[in-house]
Amino acid sequence: MDLKKLIQTLHPLERKVLPVLDTPNSVKEISKKTNLQEIEVMRALQWLQNKAIINLNEELNETISIDDNGKNYQEKGLPEKRFLQSIKDQELSLEEIKSNLDLSNEELSISLGILKSKAAILIKKDKEIKVKITLQGKNLLDKGFPEEEFLKKKFPINISELKDLDKLTFNNLKKRKKIIKVDLIKKRIPELTDLGKKIIKQGITEKDVLDCLTAAMLKTGSWKNKKFRHYDVKTNVPEIYGGKRHFVQQAINYIKRIWLDMGFKEMKGNLVQTSFWDLDTLFVPQDHPARDMQDTFYIKNPRFGKLPKSLSEKVKATHENGWTTGSKGWQYKWSENIAKENLLRTHTTVLSAQAIAKLKKDDLPAKFFSVKSVYRNETLSWKSLFEFIQVEGIVVDPGANFRNLQGYLKDFFKKMGFPDVRLRPAHFPYTEPSCEVDVWHPTKKEWVELGGSGIFRPEMVKPLLGFECPVLAWGLGMERTIMEYYNISDIRDIYKNDLKQLRETKIWMK
Amino acid sequence: MPTITINKQAFEKLTGKKLPVEKLKDRISYLGTDLENVTKDEITVEIFPNRPDMLSIQGFARAFSSFIGHKTGLKNYEVEDSKEKVIIDKSVSKIRPYTACAIVKGIKYDDEKIKEAIDVQEKLHITYGRNRKKVAIGIYPFEKIKTPITFMAKKPEDIIFQPLEFSRKINARQILSQHPAGKDYGHLLEGLDKFPVFYDANNEVLSVPPIINSHKTGKITEKTKDVFIECSGFDFRVLQKCLNIIVTAFADMGGKIYSLKLHYPDKTFTTPDLNPEEMKLDLNYVNKLLGLDLKEPEAKKLLEKMGYGYKNKKVLIPSYRADILHQSDLAEDIAIAYGYENFKAEIPKVATIAEEDKFEVFKNKVADILVGLNLIETATYNLTNAKFQNKNMLTNLHLIELANSISSEYDVLRSWVIPSMLEILGNNKHHDYPQRIFGMGTVFKINNKKETNIEENERLAITLAEEKTGYTKIKQILDYLLRMLNTRYEIEETEHPSFIPGRVARVKVNNEKIAYIGEINPQVLENWELETPVTALELNLTDLFSAINKI
Repeated sequence: MDLKKLIQTLHPLERKVLPVLDTPNSVKEISKKTNLQEIEVMRALQWLQNKAIINLNEELNETISIDDNGKNYQEKGLPEKRFLQSIKDQELSLEEIKSNLDLSNEELSISLGILKSKAAILIKKDKEIKVKITLQGKNLLDKGFPEEEFLKKKFPINISELKDLDKLTFNNLKKRKKIIKVDLIKKRIPELTDLGKKIIKQGITEKDVLDCLTAAMLKTGSWKNKKFRHYDVKTNVPEIYGGKRHFVQQAINYIKRIWLDMGFKEMKGNLVQTSFWDLDTLFVPQDHPARDMQDTFYIKNPRFGKLPKSLSEKVKATHENGWTTGSKGWQYKWSENIAKENLLRTHTTVLSAQAIAKLKKDDLPAKFFSVKSVYRNETLSWKSLFEFIQVEGIVVDPGANFRNLQGYLKDFFKKMGFPDVRLRPAHFPYTEPSCEVDVWHPTKKEWVELGGSGIFRPEMVKPLLGFECPVLAWGLGMERTIMEYYNISDIRDIYKNDLKQLRETKIWMK
Repeated sequence: MPTITINKQAFEKLTGKKLPVEKLKDRISYLGTDLENVTKDEITVEIFPNRPDMLSIQGFARAFSSFIGHKTGLKNYEVEDSKEKVIIDKSVSKIRPYTACAIVKGIKYDDEKIKEAIDVQEKLHITYGRNRKKVAIGIYPFEKIKTPITFMAKKPEDIIFQPLEFSRKINARQILSQHPAGKDYGHLLEGLDKFPVFYDANNEVLSVPPIINSHKTGKITEKTKDVFIECSGFDFRVLQKCLNIIVTAFADMGGKIYSLKLHYPDKTFTTPDLNPEEMKLDLNYVNKLLGLDLKEPEAKKLLEKMGYGYKNKKVLIPSYRADILHQSDLAEDIAIAYGYENFKAEIPKVATIAEEDKFEVFKNKVADILVGLNLIETATYNLTNAKFQNKNMLTNLHLIELANSISSEYDVLRSWVIPSMLEILGNNKHHDYPQRIFGMGTVFKINNKKETNIEENERLAITLAEEKTGYTKIKQILDYLLRMLNTRYEIEETEHPSFIPGRVARVKVNNEKIAYIGEINPQVLENWELETPVTALELNLTDLFSAINKI
């Protein structure tokens, strides 16, 4: 870039900082000289370095500062000096010294060690240990302790500035507990490059260069015949975040779109249901393990709901002896009380049952779907939730058959991005035939189990609809699809509501 | 769901066919069992609950062998009369009314066979027997038993014997507290003053069902050749099925089945009854359901692949099949035999009109308006706890509790949504402010007019957490939202413990109270350990939607 153009792109901050860079200055000093905040100086320096106008030399400095004990000794004097002072005129026992001077055991033993090594004291062992000052000791008191002198310096001190004698004292003090501390400080010193020097020489003050276009300029036309400072258009800008739908909701809307494209009508219904609607109408026998407390959330109070009279009679008969469905039924005594128990719906098939119950012959064929929450009594873990979203669709069509089920499934999963679908025999209490749905995973290159499907049993359909009719049904869990799309490995992260995650999660693009 | 693990060599011997691994895997998957794993020596398969007859290695091999076309058709099991009898005393009629029994002779029990026998018994207990609640199975060395056998009920204190794998004799009451099986299954006898018990003719205890056998007369060893088998419970039909599943598996092990006479107080039965049940097959129904055009010989062949017999338009159902209630069950098995992979998928040309639920459309529109105001949507659970809903909020709202939640953090249904938003804010203090979020969720309250006696409403909650928030900001959002929805509203002063007095209001649309707005009480913020002011709104979307539609 030519020099002139480069000068044109200089930001006002850079323009303020550049003139003071002819001598090496620290950020602090630059900030003082330019009246800019340190952060502004840093930004300007960073930009200048990016443009190769300066080099930022990093200097590592070790600085000494005073620690807690050091502060204390600055006021009171070092313990060894106070120790020596106290026996200047009399012999004292260790106990006496300790209590007179209020020393800790540690301080006492350190003082003893230091003073002994300097031959400043004499220890006499009688009944008790007594300490006496020596001649050297008296000299020491007169001369003063170099460590104490050291503490009187102005801190922080740069280690490189220490004289040899001070270095020795510094090392002594460094070994002791919390008197001084050493910090590593990174200092950045800007230095003009050749390019930088040329720029300074050329001069950076340009006349008739405008920075911001203002309303006043437009009004007066003062911008005319002037140039605008050029920007570095490649410069990084701070990130911003907008408002956003939750990614689960985006995924739900995506799946809903598929159903709507295929001509399905959305079902709705309550989260709290009676066992009757959730299980009995689905021909799930009342002693089925799915009803166990460990699988299903029941409501404490109100524990029971109400039963639709005429339907419940048909369901009862179907369970007990097959009613008019041609089935043998489960052949047990059906209990109204078990059916009345309230629970949190365990599947959206309860919505399918309710949708079928509202249909009349003229309404057929009819297609329904839902993408809604269901519940299982599980503890939260990386692979299980107690509240999750089920995707389900049904086709109520007197002419429908098993091959059509396969046709619908192929179409549905193709729309989800899986053109190859295969069905395997499976078991669900309310479908016959029942199938597991596998899709060929294009990146994993294997068959992956994705959903369940089947044709509702006549024992389920006839009591609800009043006559026999094939009802094709299929469904899948929503969360697995979301986890795969966003590469989430812990299922709880889907409902973590971490704002950073929500701000940064990409838009659902399927 | 239960799995069975089979030695591959033994399996090949049983099925009479050796298949390449890939073919084996493929066939197992398409039989209607879920293949878990195949190694060099072992096959592990998950058995679906509708097929308890496949819980034994023999039963699975039988079905497989037939499915691959090796040994098809109804398998005939001969039953000889043992001339023995079991007397069922009327004392059991209110306690454990039924038993079905059989004798199987001539099996040489080595370690492997004993293990297999115990295995099938245990798996049937857990699944078909519903953890022994529905069926309890006992298998005894017949040589140690003196017939006839009596099934009766007695005071537990008077039933004294040495239970299986226990060091000494104790009474049946003590078994419940001292024996591991007693501890596990004692609840099944809770509240009974008499316990069911099998005695032999020497007055030796055989077992106390559904708890434990006797160590002396109820333990299979390598010396055992003949076994007495009983299933006891409450539904004679179910017991017979269970017995049939066991004896046919034992027969496939090489045993010979013998029947016994069961003398009930008012009736006499002979079990096991291995005669196939008959079911009429309407081939039109099957073809219509499956979308096929099968002729009778084809259907017969397919049924035979699934182990059925077929005669005079009637299907002969093997006596061990417990899952055939309706023709649709036969249709499924025909489909499995035909091969799910062989159906030609076809989407019918049926026109239906798609329709999104109107309320869902409305919710999406509300969310779009809020997203336009730079708010971020959250997704929260409808389950929560009383501390979050009431204690932290200084409220005392009625909460609907779950009867059996395994987590104390999630044991009530929420009655409002703002607490869920504050919980989120509490978890996000380390992230940048302002934090302006919203969430929609269901709230629950008691209403005896509803089918479940519970009313559900969808609510919207918005919280603005930022240094300079205030009543004005939240009201601006409410105002913008309702203006965009072309809805007039009124606002009135109110009181609410979660908000700062004098800075909380109630919002009405069409005279319907639909929302609260205000500044959150600092005590509430402190309870959530929040250090930033929060203003909030909670709005009943269900009511707003119906109010808008009324206008």
